Amino acid sequence: MSKVPYEVYTEEVDTLSVLSPDGEIVNKEKLPDLTDDQLKEIMYRMVFTRTWDDRAVNLGRQGRLGFYAPVSGQEATMVGSEFALEKEDFVCPGYRDMPQIVWHGLPLYQAFLYSRGHQHGGEIPQGVNVLMPQIIIGAQILHAMGIAMGYKLRKQKQVVITYTGDGGSSEGDFYEGLNYAGVYKLPVIFFVQNNGYAITTPFSKQTAALSIAHKAVAAGITGVKVDGMDVLAVIKAVQEAAERGRNGEGATLIEAVTYRFRPHSLSDDASKYRTKEEEGQWNEKDPIARLAKYLEKKGLWTDEDTARVKEEAKAKVNEQIKKAEQTEKMTVAGLIDSMFETTPKHLEEQKADFQ
Amino acid sequence: MAQMNMKEAIRDALRVELNRDANVLLFGEDVGNVGGVFRATEGLQKEFGEERVFDTPLAESAIGGLAFGLGIQGFRPVAEIQFVGFIFEALDQILVQAARLRYRSGGRYNAPVVFRTPFGGGVKAAELHTDSLEGLIAQTPGIKLVIPSNPYDAKGLMISAIRDNDPVFYMEHLNLYHAFRAEVPDGEYTVELGKANIVKEGSDVTIIAYGLMVHTAVKAAEELEKTKGIKAEVIDLRTLVPLDIDTIVASIKKTNRAIVVQEAQKSAGMAAEIIAQINEKAILHLEAPVLRVAGPDTVYPFAQIEDQWLPSPARVITAVNKVLEF
Repeated sequence: MSKVPYEVYTEEVDTLSVLSPDGEIVNKEKLPDLTDDQLKEIMYRMVFTRTWDDRAVNLGRQGRLGFYAPVSGQEATMVGSEFALEKEDFVCPGYRDMPQIVWHGLPLYQAFLYSRGHQHGGEIPQGVNVLMPQIIIGAQILHAMGIAMGYKLRKQKQVVITYTGDGGSSEGDFYEGLNYAGVYKLPVIFFVQNNGYAITTPFSKQTAALSIAHKAVAAGITGVKVDGMDVLAVIKAVQEAAERGRNGEGATLIEAVTYRFRPHSLSDDASKYRTKEEEGQWNEKDPIARLAKYLEKKGLWTDEDTARVKEEAKAKVNEQIKKAEQTEKMTVAGLIDSMFETTPKHLEEQKADFQ
Repeated sequence: MAQMNMKEAIRDALRVELNRDANVLLFGEDVGNVGGVFRATEGLQKEFGEERVFDTPLAESAIGGLAFGLGIQGFRPVAEIQFVGFIFEALDQILVQAARLRYRSGGRYNAPVVFRTPFGGGVKAAELHTDSLEGLIAQTPGIKLVIPSNPYDAKGLMISAIRDNDPVFYMEHLNLYHAFRAEVPDGEYTVELGKANIVKEGSDVTIIAYGLMVHTAVKAAEELEKTKGIKAEVIDLRTLVPLDIDTIVASIKKTNRAIVVQEAQKSAGMAAEIIAQINEKAILHLEAPVLRVAGPDTVYPFAQIEDQWLPSPARVITAVNKVLEF
């Protein structure tokens, strides 16, 4: 390894990019090995996710959903990163990362129940390796590290992926998690979706580091920066990180540069902190349009396909929101019984106040 | 049966469980190679290997998160937070993440984790090594809280805590680690969580305590008996969550008078909670208000005045006299 003078400095890193905004392959060497069916499936999931997001925003306005964090613009990072993993791998999401855990196996109606404040929303089905979305920014980074140590101790080949944003990369838990993963050489992928804003605070006020990927250096793990509007680049970066994890080569920090087209939440007004001009520039990098152009050239996708998927997604969302709405309401007694494996006497007595 | 001090009894409990269940793991700062700054885990890494007993980097929140993640994977982690004041760095992982996991996942996941930490005053330790923070834990739903007062209980409670499928916060009083030796059975036995112990029977007044304060209470009770013939009943709570209010109420029905002794600051702590529950369940059996003997509502003091700050047998005797003379 080459040495630099005694003052530490690092160079800017290149951003991994495979697909240009007009749908041309610009980096053949890093083109992930995907079948035509897989490419169509990725496109299907991205269009589905965008439509689900459109519908969810409307459902939120109608009062049929509770807290909801929109995802449009981040389909490449969300769908792509999950697609690159195996079903046996484990996903530890942040609060916006509902698409990853739904595509990993959480039924959609449970995602809606979670938003509506129903406990069954977090009752992950057996065999689905995900945690519930995390509200405390960064806490999930440590959980992923711990789960990864479990795989390592049991000598299993699975990897864990955890998500946070540019804001989350400022948390103490972020640094602690990366550091532990480095020390113990754990099979974990720290995936940062840098969408430019931590609610309203711009990335420029988040760190003086050259990039978030650079933060890997201090933990002695691999750091990668990737174009987060390029689903093929995202898939390649995660595949390589997963391979490192499975081969016992330790953890990877991936910074994916992306943008959320919508506000932070349904009660946020992005015009207070972003310009129309900036939003327009990012709209031109739309990850769905970009993949569509590539697939159209390959003869794998048409506008009719997009229209068909949108209809399917709308129908599925309608069916699943109804299922969520028809789910029996929680009870205080049920809540009390979910505190401990066996409800202690004092809690048993407190049920009487709610009957 | 061997004679052990409380530290050795805790180590023995950990050894028993490491032997019995391959999913039990032990870790924390300096826990592995040297066996902890108090040597409570000494020799265990050598016996069970570096995969099961290990040192962590110096980051308490990560110790909590590591325990949480390993719990998801079916392990039974025993995570040490080196000194009680350092739990502030890990409160999210302990009181939010582990304690809420069963609820948040509708019962799909649980956190079968034990968080061990030394605490307690009177040893001239550095700042933030000795605070009594049990009140913070006790008011958080979803986590159990254990504070042993002697070697026998310490071992049996630790084994119960490790086998429990919910998170348990286990606090070890620094002044009890080497205070005395007592008989501790070989091998495995449990002391049930949520069951108090009457350490001295009496009929005139009930003294409720836990941890080191059990010994302060017993000293006061012996003095009261010797000098005035007053028979105090001393209850060692052993577990603060769940609280064995039935044993307390049964005692008050007999004595009609009670005080609570805690090392923690007076307001809004365990003593306040115990008195509230006595109020709900036994008020008609009381001949006097239930008093608290506790630290004042200040930060825990620097070492110079800690002996004056901490509850003493003399202060317990004063409180007993007050409730008897009421």
